[in-house]
Amino acid sequence: MTNAQYKKYADERAATSPVLKNTVKAFLIGGVICALGQGLLYLYMWAGAEKQTASTLVSVTLVGASVILTALDIYDSIAKFGGAGTLVPITGFANAVVSPAIDNKAEGYVLGVGAKLFTIAGPVILYGTLASVIYGVIYVIKSMVLGIV
Amino acid sequence: MEMFFGFLKAFAVGGALCAVAQVLIDKTRLTPARILVAYVCAGVLLQAMGLYGRLVDFAGAGASVPLTGFGYVLAKGVEKAVDSMGVIGILTGGLTGAAAGIAAAMVFGFIAALIAPSRPK
Amino acid sequence: MGKIVRFKNPPKVISVGTVAGAKESEGRLKGYFDLCDKSDKFGKKTFEQSESEMQRLALNFALKKADMSPNRLDAIFAGDLMNQCTGSSYGLAAFSAPYFGLYGACSTAAEGLILGAMAVDSGYFDTVATVSSSHNSSAERQFRFPLEYGSQRPPTAQWTVTAAAAFVLGKSAIAGNAENEKGHSCIGEKNGVCVKITEALPGRIVDKGITDQSNMGAAMAPAAAATLYSYFKESDSSPDDFDMILTGDLGYDGHAICRDLLIGMGLDLGKGFSDCGILIYDRNTQDTHCGGSGCGCSASVMAGFVMDRFKKGEIKDVLLVGTGALMSPSSVLQGLSIAGIGHLVRLSAR
Repeated sequence: MTNAQYKKYADERAATSPVLKNTVKAFLIGGVICALGQGLLYLYMWAGAEKQTASTLVSVTLVGASVILTALDIYDSIAKFGGAGTLVPITGFANAVVSPAIDNKAEGYVLGVGAKLFTIAGPVILYGTLASVIYGVIYVIKSMVLGIV
Repeated sequence: MEMFFGFLKAFAVGGALCAVAQVLIDKTRLTPARILVAYVCAGVLLQAMGLYGRLVDFAGAGASVPLTGFGYVLAKGVEKAVDSMGVIGILTGGLTGAAAGIAAAMVFGFIAALIAPSRPK
Repeated sequence: MGKIVRFKNPPKVISVGTVAGAKESEGRLKGYFDLCDKSDKFGKKTFEQSESEMQRLALNFALKKADMSPNRLDAIFAGDLMNQCTGSSYGLAAFSAPYFGLYGACSTAAEGLILGAMAVDSGYFDTVATVSSSHNSSAERQFRFPLEYGSQRPPTAQWTVTAAAAFVLGKSAIAGNAENEKGHSCIGEKNGVCVKITEALPGRIVDKGITDQSNMGAAMAPAAAATLYSYFKESDSSPDDFDMILTGDLGYDGHAICRDLLIGMGLDLGKGFSDCGILIYDRNTQDTHCGGSGCGCSASVMAGFVMDRFKKGEIKDVLLVGTGALMSPSSVLQGLSIAGIGHLVRLSAR
């Protein structure tokens, strides 16, 4: 058997993830987290916050909740069930920040906690910022062209 | 009633964005970190095309809570900064827009690391 | 000359020691380990230190059972999965015996038994210890994600076993002659026959191009099959002569692939053919997906469960193919394929 044949053979025999079941669970858990966010949004707006401020407060609250659940050893259990439903919301981003920070405490506060905190979050911030700067350049050019026209 | 539909829309749109990511993970074995990066960049791209803002208007937290919403905040921040400050806004806008989320994750994360023990699975 | 190493004076298994974590103490082989710590910490602050402590404890148990002092050890052959084998070096430093650090990934237990047996049979050493370990938490941290990180494990993933095991091998069962030492007995003594390492077949690196880190069973299966095939091609023994033929940690998927590859080559290993990674956990209740893996998997199953069966006289002849997936976190990130290896040892009480 050549390597390519073996790889195909192994892939075919490998137990596959129950995609449909996982997708339904991700939809439900992700949906619930977002609906929770919507509830918070209503709450903050009812309390008098502007829509954009309220939206920022929602993010901050969800991040805080995710950090607490991660520290209490609960978030990963929800994630085992919810999969991408817990990954994609901002709570997943927060989990990705906290979990390596907790994990690497023994390696010290600078190169352990400080550096490893960004293991997964770092690339997200980097490429997000990079994309936004590229968009910024395009946006400036677009504004200039539109301004002249 | 309007509130009920607000919840429903947030649930449906947020859930759908997660469901797409789940299919990508299971079918392509994309690692979670790549999914997150892809979602943030997709959010920036969709806002650049003028689309994501409309989704946020429609679904509220259903569009702003998923990581695509994080990308949207970055892009929106750039738009705002360029409008008010000009070219320098290209650099300052993104992180300014996302500052609250990033700072919260960093600060809360650090505090949690101080307190929480590392537990075996 | 064949490739099978047939020991002229087969080294005896003098004693064994096993230490395991929480999940192992609830698995199918609970009760076969000398010590289990439900916290997985073994009184240490970090999981890396816990793993070292497990190695120390395992060797301590083995020496205690043989009523032997550590200065009787002519050498220790030991390894683990952590960077630069620190699990072994920190854990075993206290014994101040000549030390060889091994890295054979999860095949380290079998690799150690082969090298230890060779060292004894060759006459250079009288008594050696082989030790190996893995710790789920230290392995997760090094190879996968932070412990609290929320992710779903794919169905082909295996669960790194938290366990350490030590074997003491000796030229003779009564090597001890120092005062206040009884002289070590051996495993199987009660039945009149010592368990001995009679044969070995060192494995070759086999790379079939698997790159998926969460499908290690498939990456290692061809290596295990290759070793077993060459063994039976050359040996006078047939699979029926063995009470158990165990692969190290192929898990459910990998073991099935290995069995099918061998059947394809015309070799049916029958009912006694199983896998340490399958034996150790209860698949239905423990959420371990494809089964156990890690240096501690085959080590603790052999030293705990298999040796116990030898002691009880239930079995007389066993083949172990210790399987290892040869890769590092960097090689995986660089997209390199994961090579496998399968080291065979024959343990016999005939």
